[in-house]
Amino acid sequence: MDLLYDTLFNGLAIGSVLVLAALGLAVVFGLMGVINMAHGELMMLGAYTTFVVQNIFKAVLPEALFPVYILVAIPLAFLVSGLVGLLLEKTVIRRLYGRPLETLLATWGVSLILQQFVRSVSSAFAIGLVLAVAGGLLIPRFTPKRWWHQRWTPLLGTGSWVLSGLIGIVVASLLGEQRTLDQPWFSARNIDVTAPTWLRGSIDVGAVNMPAARLFIIALTALALVAVSWFLQKSVWGIRIRAVTQNRPMSACLGIPTQTVDALTFLIGSGLAGVAGVAVTLLGSVGPNLGGNYIVDCFMVVVLGGVGKLAGTVLAALGIGVLSYIVGSGSLLLVWPAMPEALNGLISFFATTSMAKVLVFALIVVFLQIRPAGLFPQKGRMVEA
Amino acid sequence: MPDLLSGRQLRRWLPWLLIVVAALVLPVLLPPFRLNLLGRFLSLGIVALGIDLIWGYTGMLSLGQGIFFALGGYALGMYLQLASLQPGELPEFFSLYGVKSLPAFWQPFNSPLFTFFAIWVIPALVAGLLGYLVFRNRIKGVYFSILTQAALLVFFNFFNGQQKLINGTNGLKTDTARIFGELVGSDAMQRNLFWLTLVLVIGAWFLCRWLSSGRFGDALVAIRDDEPRLRFTGYNPTAYKTVVFAVAGALAGISGALYTVQSGIVSPQYMAVPFSIEMVIWVAVGGRGTLIGAVLGAVLINYAKSLVSEQLPETWLFIQGGLFLLVVTALPDGLMGWWRQGGPARLIAMVGWPPKAATYPSLDLDPEVQAEQRRFDDGSHGGAA
Repeated sequence: MDLLYDTLFNGLAIGSVLVLAALGLAVVFGLMGVINMAHGELMMLGAYTTFVVQNIFKAVLPEALFPVYILVAIPLAFLVSGLVGLLLEKTVIRRLYGRPLETLLATWGVSLILQQFVRSVSSAFAIGLVLAVAGGLLIPRFTPKRWWHQRWTPLLGTGSWVLSGLIGIVVASLLGEQRTLDQPWFSARNIDVTAPTWLRGSIDVGAVNMPAARLFIIALTALALVAVSWFLQKSVWGIRIRAVTQNRPMSACLGIPTQTVDALTFLIGSGLAGVAGVAVTLLGSVGPNLGGNYIVDCFMVVVLGGVGKLAGTVLAALGIGVLSYIVGSGSLLLVWPAMPEALNGLISFFATTSMAKVLVFALIVVFLQIRPAGLFPQKGRMVEA
Repeated sequence: MPDLLSGRQLRRWLPWLLIVVAALVLPVLLPPFRLNLLGRFLSLGIVALGIDLIWGYTGMLSLGQGIFFALGGYALGMYLQLASLQPGELPEFFSLYGVKSLPAFWQPFNSPLFTFFAIWVIPALVAGLLGYLVFRNRIKGVYFSILTQAALLVFFNFFNGQQKLINGTNGLKTDTARIFGELVGSDAMQRNLFWLTLVLVIGAWFLCRWLSSGRFGDALVAIRDDEPRLRFTGYNPTAYKTVVFAVAGALAGISGALYTVQSGIVSPQYMAVPFSIEMVIWVAVGGRGTLIGAVLGAVLINYAKSLVSEQLPETWLFIQGGLFLLVVTALPDGLMGWWRQGGPARLIAMVGWPPKAATYPSLDLDPEVQAEQRRFDDGSHGGAA
């Protein structure tokens, strides 16, 4: 019996990180049909925000305040990831509306840039980047008016970006001569976030040992779920989001500002990724490649859950979490020690984390043969040819 | 041969002439290392051709071509492992993991004939099966992309985790094996492999051109542009999609085998998630829907990658990410598409040298008018010949 609770708890703990990570992705995918490949990197930004907040608390603020840094980090991570997501939506995704495959590739490009950015950002780099972006945006505004109606006017934008990019690179490399400005902020190494003491212990219930960090993540997930479902069900903007999800052209006809809805949804979805990033820091050290470890699992959650209801996402994530834990830990062998040799061999064959993934994904593909649109498909009368 | 040098004849013969000259001159001009690199990149052109077939023509974005690529590589790698052994010996790595007898699935790879077929038939079968299961349920668009990516991860985890079967992470080395008494890693052998690759790229190009023209090709384009309409016209898209996905799988297998012998190793890294997405971007940069663009894109980007990685390794991810964004937003038809739609002429016109126009510049430079003109020319020519 203890084993059952133990399995359930651990499965729940794995699943709740997945819920948190996939929640934002599912909301965005449901609304815009956009698969955001940079979602994992937005999680990573959340994790790095936590790291920065922790360091600020360590360095500047009195020691007594340190235990609450994680509570400050959560909204900040939401904000940082959300704003980066908003920027992404305004600059890239908006241009690719109705071309989901291209959006997928573009967001992958963004994810590569974000990864490398975190690895190599230094003060010199940041200054150069700010200069380049400011130049790209501002140079066209300060060009003479008579340049605006020439044959080559379309090249003006490109030209100013190239120019300001070059300026940025030159400035960054000049500043990089200075040793202090050239230090990378994070470098490619993994970073460690020290959990506050109240998250380091564990609570024993019966024979089940529940680490406080896991409990905290489960609580955080529950809170996020309640907040998101309240927002989607009750608030005005939530209702608008659901309306656009169900029928975009009709919503637009009825006066719902669909572009604002898109931007808002993307902000919320990205922000949730940031919160998931905070949760991930409690599980171990994190690095620039953090996103890659979660992204495919998150996609699987979305595919399995369908885009109709939040419940699909939750059910799918918890299901995948519990199943992966059961298979990966080989706990079936403990329950039933006297199983036949062949079955025993099969189970121990899959009893590692990565092999458990193999089995779980195979099962998902089999499941999709029965329910191609996932657990809770979006109902409609459109031809789904 | 009066008009051998006329424009049309020249256009027809020049590419072939260039290829023959390149095939004869490059092995003399380039140092063995560079020639080997070029051979590798050309072999990647074959997998790019397959992707062009399923993405550019049929509109299915597969993020899992690495599966078939690596399967082809492993088939040849296993044969080469066995070929350099005395009867009764086992490949070296087996002894590390305490394996006493050759696993059953290795046995057939003793035969060169079986291996010759395995390189492309096994990937084609796997692709066909996977494709059938997915297409049968009318899973398409981003769902298809995500599922292929998940399948890729499944294969990656499997090959990565199974030391006792296929040497896990370390992969199989092929450099020290011998074909026809010659070391695979030797310069002479690599030169022969370069020629073989060149011939196979051209063969693959012809195959793809044959498939993408005629009724079959029309059906593929119809699936891309409006699948429901094709279905309602009485066609069964599933069959077409399965076949074309299997063909792309076979091409990926051949490409993987060629790449393996030229880089000296096959490892689960060939199934890494980023590598398969990179393959897509080669096609996107070269120009999807243009076969020559796929090969060009593969060679160009990989050359750029190796050059940049030699000089400034940390900037490559920025450049690659930027490429994803740029191609998707600014050059949706890639370099070849831009070229064919009169991009260079328009660019030159912008900076001040509009081309001489027979009628009105706005009409003469219109890509649609030009495409129509070309179609008319080709049609009348074909009719006469």
